[in-house]
Amino acid sequence: MEIDNLVVRYGEKTAVDGLTLTVTGGTVTSVLGPNGAGKTTTVETCEGFRRPDSGAVRVLGLDPIADHDELMPRIGVMLQEGGAWSGVRALEMLRYVASLHAHPLDLPALVERLDLGTCGKTPYRRLSGGQKQRLSLALAIVGRPEIAFLDEPTTGLDPHGRREIWQLIRDLREDGVTVVLTTHAMDEAEQLSDQVHVLSAGKVIASGSPDVLTEHGAKSLEDVYLALTAPSAGETT
Amino acid sequence: MSTRTVYAPQPGSTSWPRKVLAHARMEFRLLLRNGEQLLLALVIPLGLLLLLGGTGLGDRLPLGDGPAIDLAVPRVLALAVLSTSFTSLAIATGFERRYGVIKRLGASPLSRTGLLAGKIGSVLAIQLVQLIVLTGTGFALGWKPVGGVDAVIGIVLMVLCGTAAFASLGLLMAGVLRAEATLAAANLLYLLLLVGGAVMTPVDEYPAGLQGIVRLLPSAALANGFAHSTLEGVIPWAAVLSLTLWAAVLGYLVSRTFRWD
Repeated sequence: MEIDNLVVRYGEKTAVDGLTLTVTGGTVTSVLGPNGAGKTTTVETCEGFRRPDSGAVRVLGLDPIADHDELMPRIGVMLQEGGAWSGVRALEMLRYVASLHAHPLDLPALVERLDLGTCGKTPYRRLSGGQKQRLSLALAIVGRPEIAFLDEPTTGLDPHGRREIWQLIRDLREDGVTVVLTTHAMDEAEQLSDQVHVLSAGKVIASGSPDVLTEHGAKSLEDVYLALTAPSAGETT
Repeated sequence: MSTRTVYAPQPGSTSWPRKVLAHARMEFRLLLRNGEQLLLALVIPLGLLLLLGGTGLGDRLPLGDGPAIDLAVPRVLALAVLSTSFTSLAIATGFERRYGVIKRLGASPLSRTGLLAGKIGSVLAIQLVQLIVLTGTGFALGWKPVGGVDAVIGIVLMVLCGTAAFASLGLLMAGVLRAEATLAAANLLYLLLLVGGAVMTPVDEYPAGLQGIVRLLPSAALANGFAHSTLEGVIPWAAVLSLTLWAAVLGYLVSRTFRWD
């Protein structure tokens, strides 16, 4: 996935301001940044939901807007919230999205892995936050995508649930799926990522592996992040 | 210990007809569970037909000349098409956008044409149920349509052309307005067309100064088309042309305003 000098504006406001980054296939890449840094806009541009004002985005060699129909079967998207009819049952939604794909994952195994069996017949509006998160993750990966965009995948999960999702993300990478993660959880990014990009004011302000960014563990990723994104840091760089 | 699932990429989309069928089936099932949508689709048209054709009320209202049930059935059929393909579709699509369903589907292999075709498929399936229930009730109340095959062709054409025109209007509204605004505007327009759009009352019953404008409305074309089919036994080509033009213009606007988020 290649983003070159991307600019996206909402009216007068520039959400992404000349952002350039590359995601290598088969890795877990985390995109970090404060609220309003341009993370969601960047990812949504890669998913074809936002049109760049300038710059170029290629995902699997395709233009997310011009090649939308060709690209969508090849990527999986986990939305931050919503994404299902309020009256649809959890398993019904999963079966429906699976039916749009040619080679979906084995549903009973996926349901068991994400612990969706107990809420399978529950309408979406009555699912807990954690259940919605797990369903949303299942919907993102059920089509066996080449790239999975996961937006804050462990928000609302208890510590056990977080660890299970972390292991699932590791399994995805091990099996050759490229994972692009947006998260505010620094421990998550540090544990899972091969590469981390820190965004601020629509630009990449730091990139590297967690090991490099933390100076081989001398600092925590959270300390590094806080130093990079402190209000005064922007004024001096 | 069981072996873990292999997640190795194997992406691909199922065939377009399968996707459309899957989506149409999903929307149809969801509608059957939604009380408000069922009210619009079946309870209101059926209640109106029973009132107009079964209680004598139809004889006192300006439905036209002839037995009340013969005049009421085509107009209630028009109302059913209007409520399902416009009001119900607009509101449902508006809230799908609000709840992120459209966005979720935009990140799936469904495609824009698949989504729209699936929605139309679901609307047509509901209308088939409406047709069976309403014409069955009409026959039970003594409805005697004329025209044989031409009447049947006329009804089918009105359902198809009316669905194309009003579904386009509903999708346009859901594409440019917020969900709550779509809810309010779709219900308001439904009522306005019901009263002022020649759905329940023939155009000839309107004040002379308004008839020219009312006749151009798609609701008037739809109701008149149904009426000509079943009361005169002819294929209503003028109504077909009018609704096709409305569908072309509104469909073009939908294609220009549609967005996945």
